[in-house]
Formats: sequence, C-alpha cells, structure tokens
Amino acid sequence: MAVQAIAAARPGAVPSALKEAGLAALVAFVLALPLVGLQTVDSGGGALGIATHFDRVAYGVAAVFLGRLALIFWRGRRQSRPADAPSVMARVSELSARFSLPIAVVGIALAIGLPFMPFASRYVVDLGTTVLIYVMLGWGLNVVVGLAGLLDLGYVAFYAVGAYSFGLLARTFGFGFWEALPLAGAFAASFGIILGFPVLRLRGDYLAIVTLGFGEIIRIVLTNWSNVTGGPNGIGNIPRPTFFGLPFERNAPHGGLTFSKFFGIDFTPDHRVWALYFIILMLALLTNFFTLRIRRLPVGRAWEALREDEVACRALGINATNVKLSAFAIGAMFGGFAGCFFGARQGFISPESFNFIQSAIILAIVVLGGMGSQTGVVLAALVLVCIPELGRDLADFRMLAFGAAMVGIMIWRPRGLLAHRAPTVRLHRRGDPVPAPAGAAP
Amino acid sequence: MTLAQLAVNGKQPLLEIEHLYMRFGGLVAVQDLSTVAYRDEITAIIGPNGAGKTTVFNCITGFYKPSAGRLTLHRDGGRMLLEQMEGFRIAKLAGIARTFQNIRLFAGMTALENLLVAQHNPLQRASRFSLAGLLGLPGYRRAEAGAIERARHWLDKVGLLDRADWQAGNLPYGAQRRLEIARAMCTGPTLLCLDEPAAGLNPRESAELNQLLLDIRAEEKIGIMLIEHDMSVVMGISDHIVVLDYGRKIADGTPEAVRSDPNVIKAYLGEAEEEEMPEIVASDLGLAG
Amino acid sequence: MAYFLQQLINGLTLGSIYGLIAIGYTMVYGIIGMINFAHGEIYMIGAFVTIISLLVLASAGVTSIPVALVLTLIVTMFFTSAYGWTVERIAYRPLRASHKLAPLISAIGMSIFLQNYVQLLQGARGKPLPPIVTGGFTLMDSGGFSVHLSYLQLFIFLLTVALMAGFSTLIASTPLGRAQRACEQDLGMAALLGVDVDRTISLTFVMGAALAAVAGLMVTLYWGVVDFFIGFLAGVKAFTAAVLGGVGSLPGAMLGGLLIGLIEAFWSGYFSVQYKDVSVFAILVLVLIFRPTGLLGKPEVEKV
Repeated sequence: MAVQAIAAARPGAVPSALKEAGLAALVAFVLALPLVGLQTVDSGGGALGIATHFDRVAYGVAAVFLGRLALIFWRGRRQSRPADAPSVMARVSELSARFSLPIAVVGIALAIGLPFMPFASRYVVDLGTTVLIYVMLGWGLNVVVGLAGLLDLGYVAFYAVGAYSFGLLARTFGFGFWEALPLAGAFAASFGIILGFPVLRLRGDYLAIVTLGFGEIIRIVLTNWSNVTGGPNGIGNIPRPTFFGLPFERNAPHGGLTFSKFFGIDFTPDHRVWALYFIILMLALLTNFFTLRIRRLPVGRAWEALREDEVACRALGINATNVKLSAFAIGAMFGGFAGCFFGARQGFISPESFNFIQSAIILAIVVLGGMGSQTGVVLAALVLVCIPELGRDLADFRMLAFGAAMVGIMIWRPRGLLAHRAPTVRLHRRGDPVPAPAGAAP
Repeated sequence: MTLAQLAVNGKQPLLEIEHLYMRFGGLVAVQDLSTVAYRDEITAIIGPNGAGKTTVFNCITGFYKPSAGRLTLHRDGGRMLLEQMEGFRIAKLAGIARTFQNIRLFAGMTALENLLVAQHNPLQRASRFSLAGLLGLPGYRRAEAGAIERARHWLDKVGLLDRADWQAGNLPYGAQRRLEIARAMCTGPTLLCLDEPAAGLNPRESAELNQLLLDIRAEEKIGIMLIEHDMSVVMGISDHIVVLDYGRKIADGTPEAVRSDPNVIKAYLGEAEEEEMPEIVASDLGLAG
Repeated sequence: MAYFLQQLINGLTLGSIYGLIAIGYTMVYGIIGMINFAHGEIYMIGAFVTIISLLVLASAGVTSIPVALVLTLIVTMFFTSAYGWTVERIAYRPLRASHKLAPLISAIGMSIFLQNYVQLLQGARGKPLPPIVTGGFTLMDSGGFSVHLSYLQLFIFLLTVALMAGFSTLIASTPLGRAQRACEQDLGMAALLGVDVDRTISLTFVMGAALAAVAGLMVTLYWGVVDFFIGFLAGVKAFTAAVLGGVGSLPGAMLGGLLIGLIEAFWSGYFSVQYKDVSVFAILVLVLIFRPTGLLGKPEVEKV
C-alpha cells in the first residue's frame, strides 16, 4: 500500500525509494556487523572469546530497510499536504499554552489527590515522590536553559551541594531538615554565583563544556575528600523531616511526642512516605509559582531577551553578566532545595547519585518537554521516570531510548515537544478585534 | 577645544569625537577622525562601503574599544569619556541607544515585550531586585504600567499599535526596522545611533522614516546620528554630514557644503574624467535641479 | 631525573592518543562550528572494533602480530568511520539550520545512545586483552630506576607522526582539503561556488572518526582493557586539548593533546592520582576564561 501511494504521488518514485532504503540497509549492515554480529564474551579463565549473532544483524538490517521505506512514504504524504497547515504537535503545544490554567488546576488536584486514590500503595506514592523530584529539578533547570538559554551540563553539581550541605549541617551541627533547607538553597545559589562569575561570558557551547567540567570536579572532590565528605561511602544517618518538630516514628528518641501520638492515630510507616510526598509537592509548586511569576518581571524578560540576542541586550544597557548570574543562581538555588530534600528522603548520600548521567537526565526532561514549557517538564519527567518501572527488561533499554529520544525530538521539533511561548504581557486581549489601524490611537 | 568654543551659534555639543583611531591588526579602519555631533541635530555619516562608518558606531556604542582617541559625551552639564566605559554602561549611563544594520530584535518575543526589555534598567530598579515585583507591590505596578504606557506611545508613533502582541520575528521587514527604532527610543536616550535605517525600505516607507526622525528630533530634543546610503534620506533630513573614505574624514559640514565638495564627488565617482556626471548619480547626490 | 624521563615518555604516549581524538573535534568545530559531543563515543567504538577484530583474527588463525595489527588498523578505521558518517547524517545534518543549542543537545543524546548501545550489545564489564606487543628498550638505568620505552610506545609515536604527516598533506594539497578549508571560511559561499558542502562535511566526520579509531586501537593495546564508558572522559580530555591548542587549528590540537598527556602524567607522577582528572578540567576552565582562542587559535572578532 505504501508503495502504491508513493507511486501515485510521483511516478518513478518507487525505484528511487527502494534504492534509498537499500542504501540505508547497506549502511546498517556495515554498522551492525562488528558490534551486533560479533559479541565479545568471557570464555573462561579471564580470556575473551567471540560469539556470533548474525541473525540479529539480519533483523536489524531488515528493520532499517522497512523503516526507511516507511519514512519516505510518510514524508511523501506530508509533502502532499498544504504547506501552511500547522503540524499536530504545534497545535497541541499552542492549546496547552492557551489552557495552561485549567491544565495546572487539574494537574495540581491530581497530584494532591494521588495518595488518597484506591490504587495508591506505598510504592506508588514513593514513585510519585521521585517523579516530583525530577519535576522540581526540571523546573529549576528550565530557568537556566529554557528561559536564559544557558546550556548547563553540570546542574547536578548544585543538587549535590544542596544534599551535602544538609548532610554536613546535620552531622556537624545537628540541623534538622527545615532549618537546613533555606541554607542548602543559599549555599547552592552562592556556589552558582562563584562558578558562574568567571564562565558566564563564554559562548554557549563552551559554557556547556565548562559546566560539565565543574560538575565532574565536584563529584571527584566529593569522592576523594574523605575526611569531610566521607568519600565514596558518603554520609549516612541524615535526619528525616518532621511535622513541626513531630517525627514520623513509632517512638520519639527522647520519649517526646511523635506525629501519630500527637494526633492520636495508629502509627504506620506510610505517614512518612506521605509526608515526603507532600513536602516535595509543595517545594515543586513553589518552584513553579516562582518561575511563572519572575518570568513576567524585568529580570525574567531580560533572561529571555538574552537568549534571543545578547548583543542587542548590551546595546539596550542590560548588564548581561548580572542577568545571566541571576538565572544561574536561581536555578542553582532550586537545585539546592531539591538536593536537601533528596538527602532527607534517602537518609544517605554518596557521590554515586550525582554523576553526569543525572545532569543529562534533567537536561533531557527540560529539552524533551519543550524548552521553557512548565507543563512539558511534568510530562517528560513522568515518562522518563516511569518507563523503567514498567519492567526490568525495559529498564536496560531506558538510557538507550533516552538518547534516541533526545536526538529524535531535536530533529522533529528542535524547540521541544510543547514549545509554544506565551507572551508575558499583552496590550490587546486575545480574541479582541484588532483595534483601529496604526495612527488612530485609542 | 573648550565647551564655550564648541557651542557656536547657541548649538550645544552632545558628542565630541577627537582623533579617533581603530586598528584591526594591520588594518586601520578609522584614522584620526574628529567631529562633533550637536544636540537637537541629525548628523549623518556617509561614505562608500568599507569606509569605516559602522566601526565608528561600534566605537561610540562600546562594542569596540578604540585604539586611540577620545569620545566625550555631554549630558546634564557633566561629561563622560565613552572610550573608558564598558559597553552596556554606555547605553545605561550615557544614554546612547542604537539600531543595527542587520536588524537585531528579540525575534521570539512580542513587539510590546521588546519595548519593555528596552526599559529594563528603570523597571529593574522599581522591582527592587525583583522582590517588590514578586510581591506585586504598588510601586512596582505603577512603574510597569508607566512602562507599558511608554511602549504604547512608541508603538503608536511607529504605526505598530495594532500589532503590539505579534512576535517581532513575524513582522514584515519595514515594520521590524521601525520597531527597532522604537525600542531604542524606549531606553530614553540622549543620542540615537541608527545604522542604515532605510536599508531595504521602499520609497514610501523611507519617506515615513524621514518624518519619524524629524519628529523625534523636534519632540524629544535629542541628537541623532545615522549611517545611510539612501541620499534622499541623508540630504532630506540631515543638519550636518560627515563623509568618510578609507577611514579618513574627507568632508564635514552642512548638506549644501558637502554635496559640492570636490573631495566627496571624487570619493563617490572616482577621478572625474569628464565634466558631466551621470544623471542618476547626480540625482542621488541631490545635485539635480 | 630518570623518573622525570619516564613520566615524559608516558605523557607523550597518552598525549598522542588525546591529540588524535582532538583532531576530530577541531576539524568538525572548524567546519560547522559545533562541538561533536559524541566524538568520544566514536573513539570508544574504535576500541571495541579493535578488540573484536583482534579476536576474530586470532580465531581465524592469523599468528603474525604485524599482519594482525595492520589488518585490525584497516578494519577498525573502516567500521568506525562508518559510525562517524552515520552520526553526522542522522543527528546533525537535519539540524544544521536550527538554533544553536539543538545540534549540541542532539549530540549529547547521540553520545548517551552509543554508550548504551555498546553496553547492551557487548556487556558492561571491562574487556581485557592480553598484551600483544611486548618488550622494549631500556634507555637508562639510574639508582635502581630504569627508564623504559616499550615497542608499543614507539609504535604509537611513529603511527601518530605518520598520520599527522599524511593528514597535513591531505589538507594542504588535495581538492578535498581545499574544499574543507573553503567550507571553514564560509559555508554558504563555498556552496555557491560549487563545493559539495554535504559531502565535504561528511568526509570531515569520516576523517575525524578514522583518527579516533586509531586512537581507540592504541588505547586498547596500551591499557589492555576497554569498557563502554571510556569515551566520556577521553572525549572531555581531548576536547580540552583541542581548546588548549586553539579550536580549529590542526597543529594546535596535536600540541594540546601532547600537553594534556604530559600534564596528566606529571600530575599523577608527582602529586596525586586521585585528582588527575581535576587537573585536566581545571586547565579547561582556566584556558577558556583567560585565553579562549587557545595557544595557536586565531582571535575571533565579534561581528555586530
């Protein structure tokens, strides 16, 4: 059927499509032969042997051949459509931007209601907490990447600073979660400023590499500075959050009140899971509210202007370094909050949790969702966190699918899935008839 | 030169350029340029391609650091040495706004937002490090309403009021040029530098541009410097013309004086071998009639 | 003194490998102005193809080491180049006209994809290879410490020098090299003048990948073990080398590579092995801040 459709669209297209697909299959064969067809295996005694999987090569080549044909067919059909018809995703993102308020209300209601759903086991609420951590990190990084257009590949460094701030404050001074939270954010923000000051004048792609370098430096230092950070073993026994001083334990350490005793309900470990869920929900919503609000302020508009054209910003008297620093610091602050929460939730932190892959995942959430789109971040975080939970077999393919999705979505929609920018301010209300033409001022 | 000497005929100097040099490696783009731009006047810089006009603009607006020379801006009775100032401060403190040869709008933002970004510094002050803004305090709200009012005024001036909420990048070319001028004006400048504002405009649009610039001079009482190839614009509205060739100043004076200057004619037409210059060129230079 | 000399030799060996990878970064950056973030993975694939090829040759009964090495070199360069070509075709070409962050993000995605692709197919554990080229010269003996130059190190030096010489000739005096230099100056103008820009860019990726493949071969023989993750760190170090030498400059990339190799060797030899990667990252940051054009790069004038 595909072949007929192409033939109908363009005579002589079938042979050329077959030729193209054949070439793609040939390339696929060359690529697959050494790495798919031949597998290095342990043949005992530490020596390596070779196992052959030429059947897999054949499947792969066939898949590429058919996939290429399908792509040609699909493109042919798309070309026969009128050129100015907006794509489906463009419509979807425009609608999601237009109805952002109802979407937000429904989303928040769902998030609040989740623990009370019948299917909400402890596992589901825990998963929800993980999703929300990534949502919060995504929203924080969105300030830096989505609004200010600064590609930060070392965002996990601020997450680590937040987590270790709490860990160290708790171990050294006996701080609890709520006292440490603002400090963790402040430390991460100062860190952002200290790191950002020398490097923010660099051009975009250099900045990306330098931030990646900083991220790695922090991880290496955390791993090796054993007498402070505990080295690879990390920091344990981090205190859990309390409810206005009431711990979520069966018995308080010094015979004091606990949450369950205070409210006269039966103790269950689920209370703590629930509490963690609501804390991160609150933190994430705070991040979202703050971001939406600051986007409409002068500094937020300056971030976006900087993303569009730095030279023009300078010509308008905007101090580009300060504007970038503010974006960097605010993004870092949210990373620090999230890190502090992460420490409190796990009760244990080690450098392992703060590697480059984490930065890449957070970046992927921002990019896949649509740079600058708050709804997109939630969508992407849900998908990326939940995929591996579907089954262990799929989990192995998670990062593979991840990388492929990053490439695919960039090619399909270079500005992300839900990339529709809503103006921060309007002169005329949407849907109003256009006022009298220029010259006749109201 | 003292200020008193410069203020001939009651004209007040705005920008003094003294012995400006700009070198790129071995290439001397601007050589020993001295001139003065006055308040309430339109000063045009003209010259063949590659004469160093845009380089002069880039020195004035701080994108290049001059190799030598002095750039003095007189504002509110004080003076500022531009060659010692960082780029963004020239726009912020000295009040020099500019447009670009290849339009540089914030293409993804709306026309209105472009004009609000131009008012970043006063708005940022009013928002007190964004705190007043985040809390929505009345002081900031007033400032924002004022900024929108100012943007509305300039959108109206350049005839874009009905397209205020359009993405700047989707506006037609001529409208983008006018929006860029409106954006520069929203910074509240003392000196407006326009780099080829009429490039790519049709005759009607270019006549409108003339009127807009004359209005700005009359109403805002600021100085305007412009680089332009369109002689109908240059001769029609300039009070003062500086002619550059190969980085050197070859003429400086009123339009009448410049158009009859033999050096200028030679620079534009080469060594005149015949007496008569082609009619089309003559009309371009404003010699016809 | 002997210790110093030994670190010098080790550093130069490492530096040759980094330099060969760095050339790929520098050429791609010169021609299309993007950081090919997946280049480190191309090098990692080169290392894997090397191991697979050596194992296949061994099981096919090829016993002569020089023959096995030459065959492996050809096989590795061929298959790895195919990967380099495909990466450009799939992940970068459609984004050439896009906004500036898009190709970089696509490249990061490609890098993650390739890493996991190899991990899934070949396993996560390190692949050990018994030493193939053994023996060497003892250059000096002082105070119980002998300075050793192995045949393998000599092989790496000679191969690097030969490749550099061949490569410089290629760029300087063939039509392809001319087309490449033209594209570097102005992509649009080169296209107008009849240079096949797509083909030139493809070939640039192929050449970069071929050199990375050689680096992969060298590292496999030198360290004797490879895993799917080696591309990340080597990629960042090679990129640092390219920046240190001046992005866009071929001799700069080689010089930068040698310097990074030396710094790493001396840092581990005299200070601490733990922080050797920090030293490289620190250099990257310092160079970018204080001399973004690198040692041999041309200054960039901002066009307004």
